[in-house]
Amino acid sequence: MSVADTAAVQSGKAQSSAAEAIHVENLHKKFGQLHVLKGVSLSARDGEVVAIIGGSGSGKSTLLRCINCLENPTSGIIRVNGEEIKLKADSHGHTVPADRRQIERIRSRLGMVFQNFNLWSHMTLIENVIEVPVHVLGVKRDEAIVQAEKLLARVGLAEKRDVYPAFLSGGQQQRAAIARALAINPRVMLFDEPTSALDPELVGEVLKVIGDLAREGRTMVLVTHEMKFAREVATHVVYLYNGLVEEEGPPEQLFGAPKSERLKQFLRNVG
Amino acid sequence: MELLSPVAPGWGGTLLVGLLHSIEIAVGATCLGLMIGTAGAFGKLYGGPVTRDLLAVYTTIVRAVPELVLILLLYYAGTDLINQVLTAMGYSRVDISGLAAGIFVLGFVQGAYSTEVIRGAILAIPQGQIEAARAYGMPPGLMLRRITLPAMLPFAIPGLANLWLIATKDTALLAVVGFFELTLATRQAAGVTKAYLLFYLAAGALYLALTLFSNLIIGRVEVWSRRGMPSVKEAR
Repeated sequence: MSVADTAAVQSGKAQSSAAEAIHVENLHKKFGQLHVLKGVSLSARDGEVVAIIGGSGSGKSTLLRCINCLENPTSGIIRVNGEEIKLKADSHGHTVPADRRQIERIRSRLGMVFQNFNLWSHMTLIENVIEVPVHVLGVKRDEAIVQAEKLLARVGLAEKRDVYPAFLSGGQQQRAAIARALAINPRVMLFDEPTSALDPELVGEVLKVIGDLAREGRTMVLVTHEMKFAREVATHVVYLYNGLVEEEGPPEQLFGAPKSERLKQFLRNVG
Repeated sequence: MELLSPVAPGWGGTLLVGLLHSIEIAVGATCLGLMIGTAGAFGKLYGGPVTRDLLAVYTTIVRAVPELVLILLLYYAGTDLINQVLTAMGYSRVDISGLAAGIFVLGFVQGAYSTEVIRGAILAIPQGQIEAARAYGMPPGLMLRRITLPAMLPFAIPGLANLWLIATKDTALLAVVGFFELTLATRQAAGVTKAYLLFYLAAGALYLALTLFSNLIIGRVEVWSRRGMPSVKEAR
């Protein structure tokens, strides 16, 4: 039995006892006539790293963005830390969050990292990192700054604290965005293709930071095109095809012995 | 030259009082215009169909009708309307101060133009920054104050600066309703002394000085608002 297999067995044991941080059930999402998600279920227990892979247009980013209602699902159940997001139909028949305060509270505990970083351009890095703790979570400014300095140091950007994002490389911006996500002390980190907008030589520095977080037991849901990385850090991999879960399981199984023809084809194409 | 002396029998003091009133009106109207404009821009972008239609009517009509006509209409018809309402409700008629009426009328006009400037500026914000604010659970008011307004400012400054300079000069239109601002003060001084060239040149110089001073301040504000943006000179 390889080291990876032992780890998988251990994480399998952990799964059965750990609480469910993210629970998605029978999720549908339509953009007009386009049916992007056709009944997807997903679960992430505390300490798990769930990687969502799939081709372009498979719905993987949409699935991630539905978890914190950046996209409103058409139907389905989403639970975060056991709390179900209340949804209702608005006057146009679109599903929207029913309770603004509830969705804001849930969002403020989910650390989202975007493909295009989305740092606030009128704030320096330190201001970006303390923004949500101070103004949304009510942390005292001094404490938030101390914490933010530690986080920036952790992602290797201590000396860039007073620099505006536009003056940094993509890799530095994405590491700062990860520090911003960590600053809210998130229950779950959500990564939406965090390295897709980066120059190839900058991908490594960002993956290293994410990998370290995974190894220290952070709960994460990660949409990625980096198959090698997904195999290394994920405890569970979900392959989406055309809006449905085509195959899922531990990384050794999905990458080592895929059952689905489409997944085999996909792995040949990307790998 | 002694005609321009700030103390009697010179008319300099009169001109300066007129300038002060002009500035008061322009500042008040611009502030009111910015408030209307911000609310209007958000209403047009995020409001329901009724809000959007009403705002479209407002911005279209105000921008279609000459400002002089609007000033006459709102000033005379507006004060008349208020007094009719007051008498109908059993209160006595009031004299509406020229300052308050001037600020309201010009602010109402400014609001229509500001709505479009600010709407355009909000549309220019990279959408991801708004999305990040939503993703971190910011309530709408906080997002407006901390993210949307500061992020749209660099895109709005050139347009808003135009509106401010137009507001300073539009105050001259209030002379037709008898409000004592720089242009009316100049007309009086020139009419009494017959030194037309001197006083109109002096008024022109005062308007120019106001513009130059404004440019200085606006320039600083613009540099500050663009603090997170690389200089475009390097992109040539």
